[in-house]
Amino acid sequence: MELTLALAIGVLAGSGVYLILRPRTFQVIVGLSLLSYAVNLFILAMGRLRMDAAPILSGANANPADYTDPVPQALVLTAIVIGFAMTALFLVVLLAARGLTGNDHVDGTGN
Amino acid sequence: MPTDIALTVIWVLPFLASLVAVAIPRGARDGAAWLGGTVAGICLLATLALYPAVAAQGAVRSGLDWIPSAGLNLSFRMDGLAWLFCVLITFIGLLVVLYARYYMSPKDPVPRFYALLLAFMGAMLGLVISGNIIQLAIFWELTSLVSFLLIGYWYHRGDARDGARMALIITGTGGLALFVSMLLVGHIVGSYELDDVLASGSLIVEHPLYPVTLILLLVAAFTKSAQFPFQFWLPNAMTAPTPVSAYLHSATMVKAGVFILTRFWPVMSGSDLWFWIVTYTGLITLIFGAYTALFQRDLKGLLAYSTISHLGLITTLLGMGTPLAAVAAIFHTANHATFKASLFMAVGIIDHETGTRDVRKLSGLRRFMPFTATLAIIASAAMAGVPLLNGFLSKEMFFTETAIYDPNVFVNLSLPIGATIAGMLSVAYSVKFVHGVFFGPPPTQLEKTPHEPPPLMRRPIELLVLICLAVGIIPGITIGPYLASAVTSVLGTETPYYSLSVWHGFNLPLVMSIIAMVGGVAIYVPYYRRLRDVDGAPLIGRWRGQRIFERMLVTLTNRWARKVIATFGTQRLQPQIFLVVLLALAAGVAAGWARIGQLPLPDSFDPVLGLVWLVGGISALAAAQQAKFHRLAAMILMGGAGLATCLTFAWFSAPDLALTQLLAEIATTVLILLGLRWLPKRLPTPDDVTWKVRIRRYRDAGLAALVGLGATVASYAIMTSPAPEGISDFFLTNAYSQGGGTNVVNVMLVDFRGFDTLGEITVLGMVALTVFALLRRFRPAADSASRPEQQQVLDDMANGAGQQVADDFLRIPALIMNWMFPVVIVVALYMLLRGHDLPGGGFIAGIVMSLAFILQYMAGGTRWVEDRLRILPVLWIGWGLLLALMTGLGAMALGAPFLTSAFAYWDIPLIGKVPMATALLFDLGVFALVVGATVLMLIALAHQSIRRPKAASAPTPKIREGLDKWN
Repeated sequence: MELTLALAIGVLAGSGVYLILRPRTFQVIVGLSLLSYAVNLFILAMGRLRMDAAPILSGANANPADYTDPVPQALVLTAIVIGFAMTALFLVVLLAARGLTGNDHVDGTGN
Repeated sequence: MPTDIALTVIWVLPFLASLVAVAIPRGARDGAAWLGGTVAGICLLATLALYPAVAAQGAVRSGLDWIPSAGLNLSFRMDGLAWLFCVLITFIGLLVVLYARYYMSPKDPVPRFYALLLAFMGAMLGLVISGNIIQLAIFWELTSLVSFLLIGYWYHRGDARDGARMALIITGTGGLALFVSMLLVGHIVGSYELDDVLASGSLIVEHPLYPVTLILLLVAAFTKSAQFPFQFWLPNAMTAPTPVSAYLHSATMVKAGVFILTRFWPVMSGSDLWFWIVTYTGLITLIFGAYTALFQRDLKGLLAYSTISHLGLITTLLGMGTPLAAVAAIFHTANHATFKASLFMAVGIIDHETGTRDVRKLSGLRRFMPFTATLAIIASAAMAGVPLLNGFLSKEMFFTETAIYDPNVFVNLSLPIGATIAGMLSVAYSVKFVHGVFFGPPPTQLEKTPHEPPPLMRRPIELLVLICLAVGIIPGITIGPYLASAVTSVLGTETPYYSLSVWHGFNLPLVMSIIAMVGGVAIYVPYYRRLRDVDGAPLIGRWRGQRIFERMLVTLTNRWARKVIATFGTQRLQPQIFLVVLLALAAGVAAGWARIGQLPLPDSFDPVLGLVWLVGGISALAAAQQAKFHRLAAMILMGGAGLATCLTFAWFSAPDLALTQLLAEIATTVLILLGLRWLPKRLPTPDDVTWKVRIRRYRDAGLAALVGLGATVASYAIMTSPAPEGISDFFLTNAYSQGGGTNVVNVMLVDFRGFDTLGEITVLGMVALTVFALLRRFRPAADSASRPEQQQVLDDMANGAGQQVADDFLRIPALIMNWMFPVVIVVALYMLLRGHDLPGGGFIAGIVMSLAFILQYMAGGTRWVEDRLRILPVLWIGWGLLLALMTGLGAMALGAPFLTSAFAYWDIPLIGKVPMATALLFDLGVFALVVGATVLMLIALAHQSIRRPKAASAPTPKIREGLDKWN
């Protein structure tokens, strides 16, 4: 289970890094998204993996040991929303650069 | 305490007044001058009022704790030496303010001038009364900075800018050296307080770091006081307005260098190193300055080199290390300030009234401005060291000191001979100044007839010349006690007996003086016609420090810098990202290598999760491979990886994350789909894959593989190690009792970490507005400005009716989407309301709600929706943020900290007990903002397709007047 997730994080991170090193803006935007999946999963993994232990309390007197760690989840929730905003902003900058330079190279100078 | 107040006034008031002067309107010359004069006057009075205390106690102190833990305090300390300098600074400052009132043209921005002058006065006063040596270095830098601004006051002139820059670079370098030197002194002594440093005795001289400390201190002093080989900045600083030259570059700022030497004289002099460097640097500067001054055509140039020469004289005295020489140094500092400031002012008047400072064009001015001529002649006589003037006294002391027998033959001969030669030269240039300007036939090359300046403009010179005379004739009464307290503050118990009387009998110094007088005249008389026309000193004129400096500057900042940038720099993004990733990887490996330890073998495998990630991993890799030529495919594949992530969240007990991920995924997809249309068409062309490209790809793939491996190992290592005791239990235990909700993640977002969320939604709102603003001026590239190929094909098929054909696509799904509108809204509200207790909340509900709107756009088209529905996303953003903020502030109004939440249960008929928390209001704000931001971004992008914007061919993008509400 842990190994599966660890490999998943590795594959996502590797694909993301490869893409952000590419010369076309669209490749970079996809790369950043993949990288943020990897990072979000990694943060979740920091709280260790638990199944069927969602941090939804069943009553007033809850035993913390029955639930998974909520802190990484709160962090990741923020990260997902900010990641969405980042993608949107990057996309628009990408489009503006494409309009101004006539190409979609990250340096604005390619062909 | 009154001394406290007086000390504080002295250094605070000029800065405050400087700020006020900045605000004075440009034309208000008199107001600014009154302000400057009043402040200088108050500071002068405060200084004078402190004299009894200084004389009685040796030093008065005042201070404020600033960073006591680092030994840094604002501490001020006025002893006799500082007092003498304060009087010079404030008194000459007062005169310069008055003088500048008449000197400056009404066309100049006079308030700026006074603001800078006052700031300089504050910096200089702060420098001399600093009781902490770090603070001293800071004020020192401040004087360099203000001097830079004042030299460049007429910044439209290229020579002023160059002179200012040169002065800043030279004195600023010295400032850095001083700072390091002060740190070393503090390290050696163990304290940064001047009192402790001065009380340290021979500690510094005996320390192994003494040579370094001394050299750095000397670099600072020599750069500031324009000593050889740093002297060249001072003549170039003469591009400043003359009041500035009189004040900063002769009377006060350039004295900061000799001040610092005097200040540290008790604890740093007395070594051979000190003697040789300081004495001979001073002597070289003394002779060099006097020699060069003789060959200047520009009167200010002459005075500048003469200043360099006199500073050299003071430095020589300080270098000799005998107490009597130190007395002479302090005395000459004060004398030089008075006669040189008055001479600068006289030259300013000549320049002002004749329009030139060129000695070739001037002559016979005695007849046109008799008063000014008389004053200037007396001041020049003081400069030349004529008896009954103050310059004579200190020069005589200098001669006395150089004539003292020294066992070393070289020293024994070089000092008196050098001093006499310099004395001759200084007599010669003084005679040149007086004779060339005031005597001879009336000038013929002037554009206007010179006449006396306004009386008030002459008054400062009169006062200064009067002081020259008074000190020269009755030194014991006029300066005696003040000099004594200054000398005692430096020399302490070593204070020697010295006599200020004018007549010491017929002795060797007097013989030297007579030789200098006669010799100076003898140099001048035979050659005066030739000296008049010559510019630049013979023999050494070609070897100019300025030229060397400029060449170094060009080499360093232009040629080498370019080479370094060309070698190591890049403007290309890819190498930069590559390096960043490489560094991150290296840092991660370096940090984790030793800590990984023995990794346990996997103990469980879930085939379903394995299957999910088989698909997800292949999707990610395929997305990476397809992203160049098949953007849509890559996007779908990326969505596959996103869905796998989403499932993983759900799998490992994070339902909120799963929901958010799913919805954000949808919004991102729509967003990118809208953007794809503007990207260029890209077809694979196999021939452009060169070996270089291929190698780069392999290299990047290798790095990516390493990063992936690193991420895998790191996450596996962490997941298989036991969790440390964190802060999580607090949230789990208190979510219900303090936050009133059972969904801990949501309670954390809106309650425990509410401030964080507030910041986050602010960022989201800003991003949305930025996206909107960027798209307002969006210009597509020329090749994607026309309608997409697919629509054109439809047009051709249906004889120009392509739009209708496109409209008829997806009729049935569009109808369902229309019907779904209220349903989705209800789902959104349900998600919002239940968020506190069950998965949901403002973020999730907000994206759901915005998707409801987007669905309508997709179903009906932009125009159809906007005919029927007015969505004002900017208002949603604004209200959302305001509501969130108000909820937080409401808590403050009730006396609780910002964003504290309260909750209660309400019994609503039929529905039953409903939990109501103020956090819900906060979440409502989050909801509204997320809706507004998402809708704003998506719709703004969608609108580009119907805007028919112009292609970005025009070089200057113009703002189009908005035709519809999106533009």
